[in-house]
Amino acid sequence: MNDTSPAVVVGAGPAGICAAKTLVAAGLRPIVIDEGLRAGGQIYRRPFLDDGRSATDLYGSEAAKATRLHREFDALLPSIDYRPQTLVWNIADNQLHLMANGDHQQISFQNLILSTGATDRVLPFPGWTLPGVYTLGAAQTALKAQGCTIGRKVVFLGSGPLLYLVAWQYLKAGASVAAVLDTAPFTAKLNLLSAFRFDPRLVLIGMSYAARLVRRGVKLRYNVRPTGVDGSQHVEGLSFKSGAKTHSIACDAVAYGFALRPETQLADLAGCSFRFDDRDRTWLPVTDETGRTNRKGVYLAGDGSGIAGADAAEISGELAALALIQDSGAVADPGRMSVLAGARRRKAKLRDALEKAFPFPENWFEQVPGETKLCRCEEITVSSVVDTLHGNDLRELNRLKALSRAGMGRCQGRMCSAALAEVLSSTQKLTLTEIGRLRAQAPVKPLPLSLHEGGA
Amino acid sequence: MAAHHSRSQFQRHFRRDEAPIPFTIDGIAYSGRRGDTVLVAIMSVTDRLRQSEFTSEPRAGFCLIGACQDCFVTLACGMRVRACTTPLEAQMAFITRESGNE
Repeated sequence: MNDTSPAVVVGAGPAGICAAKTLVAAGLRPIVIDEGLRAGGQIYRRPFLDDGRSATDLYGSEAAKATRLHREFDALLPSIDYRPQTLVWNIADNQLHLMANGDHQQISFQNLILSTGATDRVLPFPGWTLPGVYTLGAAQTALKAQGCTIGRKVVFLGSGPLLYLVAWQYLKAGASVAAVLDTAPFTAKLNLLSAFRFDPRLVLIGMSYAARLVRRGVKLRYNVRPTGVDGSQHVEGLSFKSGAKTHSIACDAVAYGFALRPETQLADLAGCSFRFDDRDRTWLPVTDETGRTNRKGVYLAGDGSGIAGADAAEISGELAALALIQDSGAVADPGRMSVLAGARRRKAKLRDALEKAFPFPENWFEQVPGETKLCRCEEITVSSVVDTLHGNDLRELNRLKALSRAGMGRCQGRMCSAALAEVLSSTQKLTLTEIGRLRAQAPVKPLPLSLHEGGA
Repeated sequence: MAAHHSRSQFQRHFRRDEAPIPFTIDGIAYSGRRGDTVLVAIMSVTDRLRQSEFTSEPRAGFCLIGACQDCFVTLACGMRVRACTTPLEAQMAFITRESGNE
């Protein structure tokens, strides 16, 4: 490795874009690697091709931010080495292993900013593998990137700010919204009052979606537990409990999720240490307030370092880049860094309040029927995971994965690890901290068999 | 294996007048639109992408952002692609029947 290895930014969402912009402003020429076809990440994802919709049509209240970030990124193109549609599938010995268009490449790095984003946090319920059931993020992506809705009559289910936002976007696009079923009790929404202190605009916008849905006659229900998807070949309805009663509602699609979970596999492979975070109920890479990790030259930014939202991602992207610049011996504006660190702390407080307003359903395991598939890839049921635990003193998550095969499939536990952890901790009466975390393994996503050595 | 399901799961709201892109599913001709992912092209004409490996239940993708790996489809040449992140190309031939799976 030589001293001229360029800085590398992985991910081109709001965090990655801001990190790249800050590095370029300091005179560096970073490599920016992104899985997407066009920069913007998930939240500011751009359609494959222009379909006549305006930025306001696509991004609603966040249109100005989306437009600014896209413009800023496009302006960076002459000053960066941009590699779209490229997967980083391993990190070992300061080398990134890349796959682009079936070609394998390896690049060495000295400084690395990981802004790998998030995916939907989900918990299994009966029928969740049936065609027509998608994550809330998927429902939004179908509409935003492809101009499609996941069905004609859609139920929105779960918890998290996306629940009301995507329901409203669907209604506006011309789909029918069969119901919005919030798994949190209505009283949880009182926590929005404390969120208001930290970001009044965000809270008002969020509440306006619920108000608009009600005005258009959409039924909102709280404290809901899904009991099953109706239909054998595709979604025909959704059954759920609300209070003591069981209800059934006709629909042809279900969009659901419980907020987001960070994508931390690359941080794990890079050797970052992790800590258990009570609020997010997951393990997060350890960073200081600028995004520095225990690994020299490795920085984290955005939702991949802990869910904080798009605005916080812009802040942490810039902060991580400034820390990198400072650690390389150049001058980074310390005043700017402390302003950003303060802003980041405020966003963390906002997130505390939002998590209380949209809580994770902690009693999921008590209510899920045993025959429910826990692992979509390997098709392992909840009861078969529980059976694995019978009569043995299994106390660790990777061990449970090895013996039950849950979490071993193509998604590498992205879709089932939260549930797997709940099963182990509830059954063995252990805390989520005690059972540990699923280790990331390379390749972090499946590679084509034909992968061959390409040019550097 | 049941016959093809003409019921489309997805509904298009935009890009409806884009140039058609022809493709086949198990030999039957369909058309998508310019700018489609493989997933959107298939789910706009039918209601499934594949059968699951162990229980042969229908699957149709889940996360749409390349994370869950639920939407792998098999091409007639034997290659597999992730439908949600692969742009549709003319003359792509998809196999969804059980015999096409491993």
